[in-house]
Amino acid sequence: MSRPLALYAAGVYAFLHLPLVALGAFSFNSSRFTVWEGFSLEWYRALWRDPALAEAAWNSLHIALAATAVATVLGTLCAYGLWKRASGWFSATLYLSLVTPEIVMGISLLAFYQYLFRFLDVRLGMHTVILAHVVFCLAYVVLVVLARLRTLDPHLEEAAMDLGAGEFEAFRRVTLPLAMPGIGAAALLAFTISFDDYVITSLVAGVDSETLPMMIYAMARRGANPVVNAISSLIVFGLGALILVAERLRES
Amino acid sequence: MTRLRLLFLAPSAVLLAVLLAAPIAIVAVSSALTRGTYGGLGLPWTIENYARLLDPLYAWILLRSAALAGAATLLCLLVGFPMALFLTRAGRRRNLCLCLVMLPFWTSFLVRTYAWMFLLRDTGLVNTVLQSVGLIRDPLPLLYNDGAVVLGLVYGYLPFMILPIYAALERLDPSLAEASADLGARPWTTVTLVLAPLAWPGILAGCLLVFIPCLGAYLTPDLLGGGKSVMVGNLVQNQFTNARDWPFGSAVSVALLALVMLLLLTLLRRRAEELL
Repeated sequence: MSRPLALYAAGVYAFLHLPLVALGAFSFNSSRFTVWEGFSLEWYRALWRDPALAEAAWNSLHIALAATAVATVLGTLCAYGLWKRASGWFSATLYLSLVTPEIVMGISLLAFYQYLFRFLDVRLGMHTVILAHVVFCLAYVVLVVLARLRTLDPHLEEAAMDLGAGEFEAFRRVTLPLAMPGIGAAALLAFTISFDDYVITSLVAGVDSETLPMMIYAMARRGANPVVNAISSLIVFGLGALILVAERLRES
Repeated sequence: MTRLRLLFLAPSAVLLAVLLAAPIAIVAVSSALTRGTYGGLGLPWTIENYARLLDPLYAWILLRSAALAGAATLLCLLVGFPMALFLTRAGRRRNLCLCLVMLPFWTSFLVRTYAWMFLLRDTGLVNTVLQSVGLIRDPLPLLYNDGAVVLGLVYGYLPFMILPIYAALERLDPSLAEASADLGARPWTTVTLVLAPLAWPGILAGCLLVFIPCLGAYLTPDLLGGGKSVMVGNLVQNQFTNARDWPFGSAVSVALLALVMLLLLTLLRRRAEELL
């Protein structure tokens, strides 16, 4: 390979990674300002002691776990159905959910909920956020699981059925175990997307469902604050680890 | 077989119908209604909300959004094409190199946007470093302008450009580049006259995949542009929250969504869906 191209790539990698590295490094700075004054865990201690942050983190976790569970089950079933026979309408709708700008999806869900609330006695809260997250995670799950299913031999199910298995049994005992790595990767992906979402969440959240990204956003708007660096670093590491596991599963 | 398939598809179909199609339909209907006295919706039906899109104030925001998204797309292409070329030639470590491109992309979009606030604000890292080296006395106004927004968009969506181009280049026969070199072409000529035209479907897919989310961006202009750099996404948000003009906000949303779908159709026409 030519040397200039390799040097260029090093530059692009620096552009992609250095901002996050710098962010992480300064979360260990003992000064509140962006001047290095020595190593300290002060900001991590501060965020550990903050009850509002703990509650937001708990909300985010709760929402992401619930949305991931529902989206993974529905998405896997959906991918299996589409694997058997493609459906133009279905795929088009899933793509629509992928390309709809987040802000548009957020305000349409808000308008929909407001309309619904005229007839039902519920308010914006955890459940409205979870439902919204299921919608935008679904397409990702379907795509990842479908990609895995396409690597499988469809004759395996036929063989199982020739040997006396019913349709559902063939799915449950043959295809499902083989698709498991893909399903696992899809679930991890759905979790990271859900955990990270700000735009849609902030629109459909109620008073009891402030999430971690919503707190980060509010703190970032207020001005420089090393605590945000600390939370951000934790999130990048946590989600980064999940993504690496998901990649492993996808390639297995 | 078909019964099980229908049974499996049903829950997702219901979910998408109720929480994706119905909400968008409500917005579409609202866009043709009149704003009520307390910010509510009311009759008569009207197309006035769409007519207002042509008002110079709002048309300017639409054009600005397209221009900023276009600038970000162009920059992604300029930065991403050589990077994709590098990836096809990365040899044994190709998977690692690819992973290093994708990894920041999958970790928190919000955090990555905040990272640029941390770098660019008046008391941010870039200004502090430049001041301590003595290059500048007063901090440079790096944050809260169009440049910061475009930078944030490029940072956010660069992998969307790199991956499809990489996939397209990857499929080419390596002997094509060798033949071109054997016939006396310099590397630059090989890239512009042989590789780029052959990778055209990948380039087009990459451009659309970057342009579409940039056009509807909300978080990036909101955080990195401050109040000054407004894009369509911010206009929608503003109409629904502060201005409480839901009919007009809906009309802007419908227009934005229509534009996005039009672009997507171009992409799918090109049979590039497997690139997603």
